[in-house]
Amino acid sequence: MAAEMKQKLARGQKKRTKPFCFSSFFLYLFLGIVTLIQVYPLIWLFLFSFKNNNEIYSGNAMGIPHVWRISNYYSVLTSGNVGIYLINSVIVTGITIVLSTALITTSAYAIVRMRWKASHLFLNYILLGLMVPIHATLLPLFIVLRNLNLLNSYLSLILPYVVFALPMGAFIMVGFMKNIPLELEESACLDGCNVYQTFWHIVFPLVRPAVATVAIFTFLSSWNELMFANTFINNDRLKTLTVGIMSLSGQQGTAWGPIGAGLVIATVPTLLIYLLFSKQLQKSVIAGAIKG
Amino acid sequence: MERLLRDKKAIFLFTFPTFLLFTVIVVLPIFFSIHYSTLEWDGFSQGTFVGLANYKSLFVNNTDGFLQSIINSLILALISVGIQLPISLLLALIIARGVRGENFFRTVYFIPVIISTVVIGQLWMKIYNSDYGMLNTVLRAAGLDQYTKPWLADTHTALAAVFIAMLWQYIGYHMLLMYAGAKSISPDIYEAARIDGASEAQMALHVTIPLMKPILCVCVIFAVTGSFKAFDLIYVMTGGGPLHSTEVPTTLMYTTIFSRYQYGYGSAMAIFIIAECLIFTLVIQKLFHQNAEG
Repeated sequence: MAAEMKQKLARGQKKRTKPFCFSSFFLYLFLGIVTLIQVYPLIWLFLFSFKNNNEIYSGNAMGIPHVWRISNYYSVLTSGNVGIYLINSVIVTGITIVLSTALITTSAYAIVRMRWKASHLFLNYILLGLMVPIHATLLPLFIVLRNLNLLNSYLSLILPYVVFALPMGAFIMVGFMKNIPLELEESACLDGCNVYQTFWHIVFPLVRPAVATVAIFTFLSSWNELMFANTFINNDRLKTLTVGIMSLSGQQGTAWGPIGAGLVIATVPTLLIYLLFSKQLQKSVIAGAIKG
Repeated sequence: MERLLRDKKAIFLFTFPTFLLFTVIVVLPIFFSIHYSTLEWDGFSQGTFVGLANYKSLFVNNTDGFLQSIINSLILALISVGIQLPISLLLALIIARGVRGENFFRTVYFIPVIISTVVIGQLWMKIYNSDYGMLNTVLRAAGLDQYTKPWLADTHTALAAVFIAMLWQYIGYHMLLMYAGAKSISPDIYEAARIDGASEAQMALHVTIPLMKPILCVCVIFAVTGSFKAFDLIYVMTGGGPLHSTEVPTTLMYTTIFSRYQYGYGSAMAIFIIAECLIFTLVIQKLFHQNAEG
């Protein structure tokens, strides 16, 4: 009780003593300038994605487009392969999220709840993956995939993406699962549920918030991944967006508008997901960093 | 319950797929890489064992610019720690002290981190475009025509141009980590400092920053190892050129393996990068630890 009061008091006093003085103007000016620096390039990208080269070359490189040419978007989605790249990215990322979620939740359940000697060792083994840079695995994976004739397939990306999502996912999931109370599972057991039923009907619904966090994390890293995607796929029909839009500048020459439109299309999904889940994502970034 | 949780079959079903995939795709390749690095091998014919010769040629009589690439990555690490982190720290301290719009600024500064590096790279290529890019347009508008140049095509400016884009992208990342560190400090401590008559700046310097040491250590490690591992943005923006002026170890490793087919030599580079990251991580941890004790 006393501690609670003290905390309330401290909080109240903190509020009162916020810096209101003249320096706060410069403070906000500074924060505003940084905001502009961090965001303006993206706004500029959005603006020029509606222009054509004539407009840019005749002096409107920076301003609002005279005509909003939605046709730029239409043309990259239909004539270029950006539509295909987009679908490929959705397929690869979607399957990656489903598979990694399945592996992460089952493993975490076995680690946290089930009784076996090596459970701790197993967790530490998986967490080793946080230290491994992908460079070290690039060439061996390339050779293995080549020998298995798996280069130029969705699987060649899905497999590494799933596995590289495991360490961080297991870390977040194990931490979360430890904190859910055991009672529900105990009563499910008394009602005659077996382990699989308990996991699927009781535990999985309870860990959904952590699943969401892990899924967002996995989404961002596989959606944006470049090195594997660039190495394992060279068939244009199978390229993901990141690699695809790199070749876009080749196809479109120096047409600013369509290239800009392609970049915007690649960015909108990530931006939407980020803005929807920014709190959860920021939390998981912090949690991951403290472990790493 | 107890009996159910000791179900060996269930444990196996729950963990074995993860174990197998993780071992095959992450753990074994590292040993393969170490093995490859001792071979003279083009990836197709039989490789011949050459011991540590590949490692030797990274440093002795090196002709492919590996040493320069290491220097470039060290420069990146240095400016990352010396310029990027202080900016992030300043932002984190300001935002964490509770300005209005705290969530807004934190969310906005983090946006570049979540955007694909390919998009960021292509965007900055447009910014640096010599004819219609944002930078040169602004310079011309300010009457500074003589300073306009093809930033990424000029060997004198390309490295700085690429590095600025990289620093720009990750300022928000370090800011977020430091913000979390600053936020986790108990308000009571500030209260005590305030009663002792400390100013905002004094509190930041003598209370907040010392207490943030663990997270600062993490940030320094990430900034340094991130610089050694940097690949995406450089690969997209310059591919290591012009004339190898923006080459870093990873881009050189990539071209060595996939353009020049020197699988063994390229693997030696990969192992070197990992070792470099590990050593620097341990050294930085040690330095912070000593500092904490002393």
